[in-house]
Amino acid sequence: VTESRRRFLSRVTVALTGAMAALIGLPILGYLLAPLFRAPPNDLVRVGAVTDFPVGETKLVSIQDQSPLPWAGQTAQTALWVRRRDAEGPQMFQVFNVNCTHLGCPVNWQADAKIFLCPCHGGVFYADGTVAGGPPPRPLYERGWVVQGGTLLVRQAPLPNPKQG
Amino acid sequence: MSIVREVWRATARWVGGVASWLGERLELEDSVVAVLVHPVPRELERPIGWFYVFGSATLAVFVVQVVTGVGLAMTYVPAPNSAYDSLQFISRDATLGAVVRGIHYFGAGAMVVLVLVHMTQVFLFGAFKFPREANWLSGSLLLLATLAMAFTGQLLRWDQDAFWAVVVAAEQAARAPVIGGWLATLVVAGANVGGATLTRFYATHVFLIPAAVFGLIGIHLYLVVKRGISEPPVPGEPVDPASYRRRYREMLSRGIPFWPDAAWRDAAISAAIVVVIVVLAAVIGAPPLGKPADPTVVVADPRPDWYFLGYFALLAVIPPATEAVVIIGLPLFAFVFLFLVPIIWPDGERHWSRRPVAIAAVALPFIAYAALTVAGIESPWVPRLQGAALPASVTAGLDARASPGAQLFLTESCWACHQIDGSGGRKGPDLSHVASRLTRDQIGARIANGGGGMPAFAGSLSAQDLDDLSAFLATRR
Repeated sequence: VTESRRRFLSRVTVALTGAMAALIGLPILGYLLAPLFRAPPNDLVRVGAVTDFPVGETKLVSIQDQSPLPWAGQTAQTALWVRRRDAEGPQMFQVFNVNCTHLGCPVNWQADAKIFLCPCHGGVFYADGTVAGGPPPRPLYERGWVVQGGTLLVRQAPLPNPKQG
Repeated sequence: MSIVREVWRATARWVGGVASWLGERLELEDSVVAVLVHPVPRELERPIGWFYVFGSATLAVFVVQVVTGVGLAMTYVPAPNSAYDSLQFISRDATLGAVVRGIHYFGAGAMVVLVLVHMTQVFLFGAFKFPREANWLSGSLLLLATLAMAFTGQLLRWDQDAFWAVVVAAEQAARAPVIGGWLATLVVAGANVGGATLTRFYATHVFLIPAAVFGLIGIHLYLVVKRGISEPPVPGEPVDPASYRRRYREMLSRGIPFWPDAAWRDAAISAAIVVVIVVLAAVIGAPPLGKPADPTVVVADPRPDWYFLGYFALLAVIPPATEAVVIIGLPLFAFVFLFLVPIIWPDGERHWSRRPVAIAAVALPFIAYAALTVAGIESPWVPRLQGAALPASVTAGLDARASPGAQLFLTESCWACHQIDGSGGRKGPDLSHVASRLTRDQIGARIANGGGGMPAFAGSLSAQDLDDLSAFLATRR
């Protein structure tokens, strides 16, 4: 076997090995990275009758935030804080994610003190979602909402983070 | 008697024959046997040899984790609607399930501790220097893998702590520059924590990281044997790459075989640690599960396992403005520093008494992390949401204004962050003697306007309530 033939054969071997790796690697990569290419959930889902939310109160509700897998169990649900501000009009509701804007822990509404408290690092928010104290960098995340025929609908959204606003 | 002896001898001959046949057919003489009896420095015969056992002990506990992990995987169901119940079954009903889960849990803690102890010993003995830099690098990757196993493992409990830990992990990943959003999406495997999240963490915990660990252990042990166990450092005998390997070879010519001259110490310590793990598991059992993971239950108090509490505390005590740097930058800096250690200091003095900076580089992070862990256990920054009450000594004898004020102190969540006579949260200042610092008007203004991390309550308290609350606090001299 000549030297140039050896060189050719080693190149062929490396190329074939690389082809095998790509043949298996590309499908598995695509399979694993699929969540990146899926459109984020953006549908309007029913939360409840407007009359369920007395003016001036803030209530915990839960919705389905994405089409859930059959084995998702309780995690198919996402909790939201719904604040009824006005009897009607564009300022009627504020819908907040429960996630603290610091690191995502669930904030807790204190109905008497009218503040949200976070159990992880002590973030505090006012009733309108603005920061009242602690480490959170921005107000609570809000959801889009509409009222149709006396029913409150809320827009689905992915897990929020400070960057995507 | 003689018949028994004859049978015994025949059996021994037969076993010996099978063993030597297998050894010969499997070529063990050149592989396993050669590795076991490879020469190590003679100094390891002396008591200093006890410092050289932690790598083996870590490996022993890793084997324990593999064995118990396989056992747990036979029963555990990695789906959000069943994971919690299957763990309850393992912990309560499965025969010896609580013990197996307990061993896996205490084994995980032992892995984290032993990897760090092993690294500390290697670092202080200067054993990472030439020609063993790659031993250190593969070891650093094994530390990363161990921490990743610890984190993904505690998520599999799928209780409230686990669920919110996934959310917090995704939020932290999201802070990374440029790729943050993608990382967060990959951590939860979708838009939100859901059905796809747990199966991915499970596969990562039982296949992906262990595969990497097996490979890295292979490289690590290969290098330990090929480059030799480092001799105990002597002050004034620096590493000189030009002559080190020749001197080391000469030293090994007077060495002792690893098996059994040094190996017995590894076996003794490894056995002691495994016994401690099994006893802890048998006596204490598996760690209790929290409430099942449920995103709609917001009354949660998420905490990581003890080895991550220090990091949890760090995120609470640093100034918010530094978070972008600390969340991504600090872990990155720590690991980049680890990887650079043998590249920056490949030669020179090995003995710790000649490397004061090395001692500081070990002591300061350990002290800092211990302090942060204590802070994480106490979590004084967390508002207390349950059990609001004031001692009778505080509420006794209050007048008509102060008495409703004391009630407001509880209902308006003042108590969640402020202590009076030892009762209440510790996020804000202790108010036991607030009236000795502030007048009644100043107290009222502070409550109304907030400031310094305190919310303003002017919007939620009536003038009457504010006055009552001030009247109550004015009694605290």
